[in-house]
Amino acid sequence: MRILLIEDDKEAAAYLVKALREAGHVADHAADGDTGADMAGEGGYDVLVVDRMLPKRDGLSIVEELRRNGDHTPVLILSALGQVDDRVTGLRAGGDDYLSKPYAFTELLARVEALARRRLPGEVETVYRAGDLELDRLRHSVSRGGKPVPLQPREFRLLEYLMKHAGQVVTRTMLLENVWDYHFDPQTNVIDVHISRLRSKIDKGFGEPLLHTVRGAGYMIRDVAR
Amino acid sequence: MTSLGRVVRTTAFKLSAIYFAVFSIFAVAFVLYISYSTNALLTQQLEDTIREEIRGLADQGRSGGLMAIVDAIDQRSRQPGASLYLITDVSGRILSGNVSDVPSSLLEQPGMGPITVPYRRTSEDSTRDQLALVQVLRLPGGFRMLVGRDLGERREFSEIIARSLAWAVALMIGLALISWFFVSRRVLKRIDSVSATSRRIMSGDLTGRLEVTGTGDEFDRLADSLNAMLERIEALLHGLKDVSDNIAHDLKTPLTRLRNRVEAALAGPEDGGRYREALESTIEESDRLIQTFNALLMIARIEAGSPDGAMSEVEAGEIVRDVAELYEPVAEEQGAAIEVDIPAPVTLKASRELLGQAVANLIDNALKYAHPEGGGMPTLIRIGVRAGDGDLVLSVADNGEGIPAAERDRVLQRFVRLEKSRSRPGSGLGLSLVAAVARLHHGTIELGDANPGLVVTVKLPLKGG
Repeated sequence: MRILLIEDDKEAAAYLVKALREAGHVADHAADGDTGADMAGEGGYDVLVVDRMLPKRDGLSIVEELRRNGDHTPVLILSALGQVDDRVTGLRAGGDDYLSKPYAFTELLARVEALARRRLPGEVETVYRAGDLELDRLRHSVSRGGKPVPLQPREFRLLEYLMKHAGQVVTRTMLLENVWDYHFDPQTNVIDVHISRLRSKIDKGFGEPLLHTVRGAGYMIRDVAR
Repeated sequence: MTSLGRVVRTTAFKLSAIYFAVFSIFAVAFVLYISYSTNALLTQQLEDTIREEIRGLADQGRSGGLMAIVDAIDQRSRQPGASLYLITDVSGRILSGNVSDVPSSLLEQPGMGPITVPYRRTSEDSTRDQLALVQVLRLPGGFRMLVGRDLGERREFSEIIARSLAWAVALMIGLALISWFFVSRRVLKRIDSVSATSRRIMSGDLTGRLEVTGTGDEFDRLADSLNAMLERIEALLHGLKDVSDNIAHDLKTPLTRLRNRVEAALAGPEDGGRYREALESTIEESDRLIQTFNALLMIARIEAGSPDGAMSEVEAGEIVRDVAELYEPVAEEQGAAIEVDIPAPVTLKASRELLGQAVANLIDNALKYAHPEGGGMPTLIRIGVRAGDGDLVLSVADNGEGIPAAERDRVLQRFVRLEKSRSRPGSGLGLSLVAAVARLHHGTIELGDANPGLVVTVKLPLKGG
């Protein structure tokens, strides 16, 4: 996918562009707010990664302008400010996700890919499938190989989010944000334990494991056969 | 500026001057009023006496003619007293009387009411002009008669009043000066002592306190308030110093560790596997540093006061249930149990995010540090949410070893970790953050004994404080 990075820190930008390209994406870079706004305005990008504090122009104002012009390209806002209220202002300005510095590249990549996924058609699918695992969003039921798998409500939402982003890495903080709606750092491996419980229900006793741990990044539902 | 100027600019001096002016004006007005009314009264009496005399003389004239009047005047003039008489014929020759040197024009205009004129007494050799109140009458045959009273009494009376006025003003000046002297000495002394103490404090001696005399006057009240303020400032500065010491220790130690690891890896033989290991541990260590740093920043931001944007109506029970559910699997994995007791929903205006973080920190702490004595027994974390006395009362109790009463206040401070917990992971910021969240919501945090174990009670007012 095509990604535009608007970031004034040259070193960080060079590293991100290189890493994004290595991950198989097309990445462009703008070093200041004006250039960034022009490039974003031309369109053609799948995701914008915008730093909040930029020379010449504030990152939030770029997002606001795009939204005013009816451009709904997903935007990930990067910021050194990471407090609750900063996130709120960032999302109110029209950002779709918010990542505070310093961040791990895997986290950024996972979020960018999740944002791009949002735009793909099929957003309204009611049944998610991965291999022989099936999640029916309307009936709130999960089955694997035709065998019903009973899940707690939270486990269901966890699996729903993972399957929505099947084939993509989902980080622990993304899970905490999207499944529990909290943005703090739990400091303990709370998410890991939830995942291992879920895994014991959907993978244990079935052939090929579907819920994978991606080392140093997070988790992924993946149908190896596919 | 001279010391005189300094004295003049003092409040005591200004107040004394104002009081002096006000009292002087009042005293002068009072005395003037008295002298005016007594003067009027005395004049009235004089006029009455003159009229009486004229009536008497007229009676004489009616019975004995003009000669009887002249005789009567002649006789009365010889008596000592304040009464004045004069009778002249048509040509102005004095027939009898005890007055000389009255203005000649006076006798030409008879019939005028009693008027004040200067005169001289014939019997006395004084050359001094005196004042008299006189009435001139025209008698048949062109004769003129003058009857009057000397005004000496009235003048003496006025003089007495003027003198007393002068004395009163002099006395007032004296008293004003004395009172000003004592007041200003006392006030200036107190104020100078306040200035001296504050200068000492400014120069770095934070232990200095203002003198409280115990009289309970306004200076004592002021000194009490200022001392309380100094107390707070001293505590804050101590806190700041503790924090910077702790930052130095708790951030520099991992930074040093980080650097040492990289250095050791570089110094050793070139080996991809070893490098990888070193880099991985470097990332782990820097992640921990970032965590600590974020927590510190968050506390600082919360303590500076968060904008209301993050505040909304939240149901505390739901937040607690959510967070407890988030931690439940971890607890179970560690052989611990979480019990949640929420008899009824409690709604308040709060930051859901921060409240959730606070509950998470409390559960996290209990999981990390509460280990029942004697072993064997599982850790039990009991969380209660209820409304009481207009507060949300959130309590998190464990059945561990608890915290000694003497240490409870200390662990709320940043980076403070009890010795026995040093070996376990943690930044020492968890409880400080909970305390900061409580303060942000105008609430309190209290550590108590759960017999056995620690109970942390957070109270937040339901109606915004």
